[in-house]
Amino acid sequence: MIHCYKFKGNNIVLDINSGAVHVVSDLVYRILSPHSDKADMGDGRPCASGVGPETAGGRPGASDAGPETAGGRSGASGADPETAGGRPGASGALTAPLPLPQGLSGRYPAHEIDEALSEIAGLIDAGMLFSDDSQVSHDMLEGRGAVIKALCLHAAHDCNMSCAYCFADEGAFTGEKSLLPAETGRMAIDFLLEQSGDRRNLEIDFFGGEPLMNFEVIKALVAYGREREKLFGKNIRFTITTNGLLLGPEKEAFINEHMDNVILSIDGRPEINDAMRKTRGGSGTYSLIIDNLLRFGQNRGGRFYARGTFTRHNLDFSRDVKHLAELGFRNVSIEPVVAPGAMDFAIGDGDLPRIFDEYDKLAELYIEYARRGEQFAFFHFNMDLSGGPCVIKRVCGCGAGTEYVAISPEGDIYPCHQFVGEEGYRLGNLHELAAQGGFSNPLYGFFNHAHIYSKGECAACWAKFYCSGGCHANALHMNGDILKPYGVGCALERKRVECAIGIQAELAG
Amino acid sequence: MKQIKTIAKPTLKTTKGKGCGECQTSCQSACKTSCTVANQECENTKRR
Repeated sequence: MIHCYKFKGNNIVLDINSGAVHVVSDLVYRILSPHSDKADMGDGRPCASGVGPETAGGRPGASDAGPETAGGRSGASGADPETAGGRPGASGALTAPLPLPQGLSGRYPAHEIDEALSEIAGLIDAGMLFSDDSQVSHDMLEGRGAVIKALCLHAAHDCNMSCAYCFADEGAFTGEKSLLPAETGRMAIDFLLEQSGDRRNLEIDFFGGEPLMNFEVIKALVAYGREREKLFGKNIRFTITTNGLLLGPEKEAFINEHMDNVILSIDGRPEINDAMRKTRGGSGTYSLIIDNLLRFGQNRGGRFYARGTFTRHNLDFSRDVKHLAELGFRNVSIEPVVAPGAMDFAIGDGDLPRIFDEYDKLAELYIEYARRGEQFAFFHFNMDLSGGPCVIKRVCGCGAGTEYVAISPEGDIYPCHQFVGEEGYRLGNLHELAAQGGFSNPLYGFFNHAHIYSKGECAACWAKFYCSGGCHANALHMNGDILKPYGVGCALERKRVECAIGIQAELAG
Repeated sequence: MKQIKTIAKPTLKTTKGKGCGECQTSCQSACKTSCTVANQECENTKRR
């Protein structure tokens, strides 16, 4: 499978199964783009954007073996039939000769066509075009073993804000307001250590509600974790997600010393933030948090993100990212709201073209900062094309319900933070494990099987190795089927990946 | 090559196997609601 698209004048060809990325000439693009994946982008645009009627045989699938058929692996053309390459088969590998679009010889000199065909054939032989996916086996997909390495630890099921889009029911997660008791927190840390097998690096994210409402317990749990990790030979990375209202000198010093990463919640421009992120009394929160967040950022030694949410009410969210960047936040993540379609702020299919335009604007901003030599990172555009995750990470996804779980203040264990409070997804309770003889995840097989090769739409999608199949919770909540990804999320992900790779192509040029 | 510039090698072909699992869980990094995996860092010191 290949995916062809245009980005800021660059002709980009992705070889999906190998991960190779090529920037190609117009001629090569005309030859390859008819063989791009057939899915659209979610807004009706064909994937191989830029392939227009003027391109002979240019529509995907329109070309067929004609007078010109794509050149041999040697690249020879001339009087001989131009045969080379082959068509992509079901696995993405070539099984038949690759036809040339009609009319090329009238547009390009023969030696240029030969040259293009020779280079294409060379990449096919090198496994960098139309490669197969033989590197992925069933044992890799489902035989990894039940190891838990990451916790979303709900320090507080209570919040000092009242955000309109909150999936956590203003912190309570459909239950009673509560704070994580220290003893339950210690049990959670021991649970993680005991379930982590041979993994050394473990993660605990203090989440809520607003976790700083339970700061003393967090301090105690970090100390406990530091003590226990030594006994187990592990390295626990603590992180925290906070709205910033309660930040102050003591908390900031503690966070700076102990937290590997910090997520600061803010939506962007004051009026945008205040439309959704309100106090319990209904007032906007921007003026209450901004000095805290800026001070924290200036003093922060390690990683942190300014993380916001955009909704249908601020589809011009590139301006919010720009606002945050201009304030000095160098790592920014703005996420689409996930909400039922009945909500007035929910994002729908009809919003996609506008959102795609905004991602293009964000890409421009990213490139501007890079060319000025200034640090600025938009979370979804960070991509290490020379390395990045191994293939198994890319096919098995976020790990929710297998290697990642969330634990509530009551000690209930869920597949991830988005399932907290849903009885059908409760995997157990820390306080009951001893009597039950230990932990056995009743939904392990259900989540372990939900990899990209089990999802028909993912298997056929060019972006599968970049997104890894999407969010399980979104699939279940929006479609009622863990194997049916949330379509709007898929469309946005494909666009973000196109931008992320396009940025690198532009900067490499 | 004159007509094709390769800006990323076929990295997925060099990472067979079950992986070491030492990398960060993607949802813990900054999103919490969507899923991008390709922007995560590999922490396999043997691979790097």
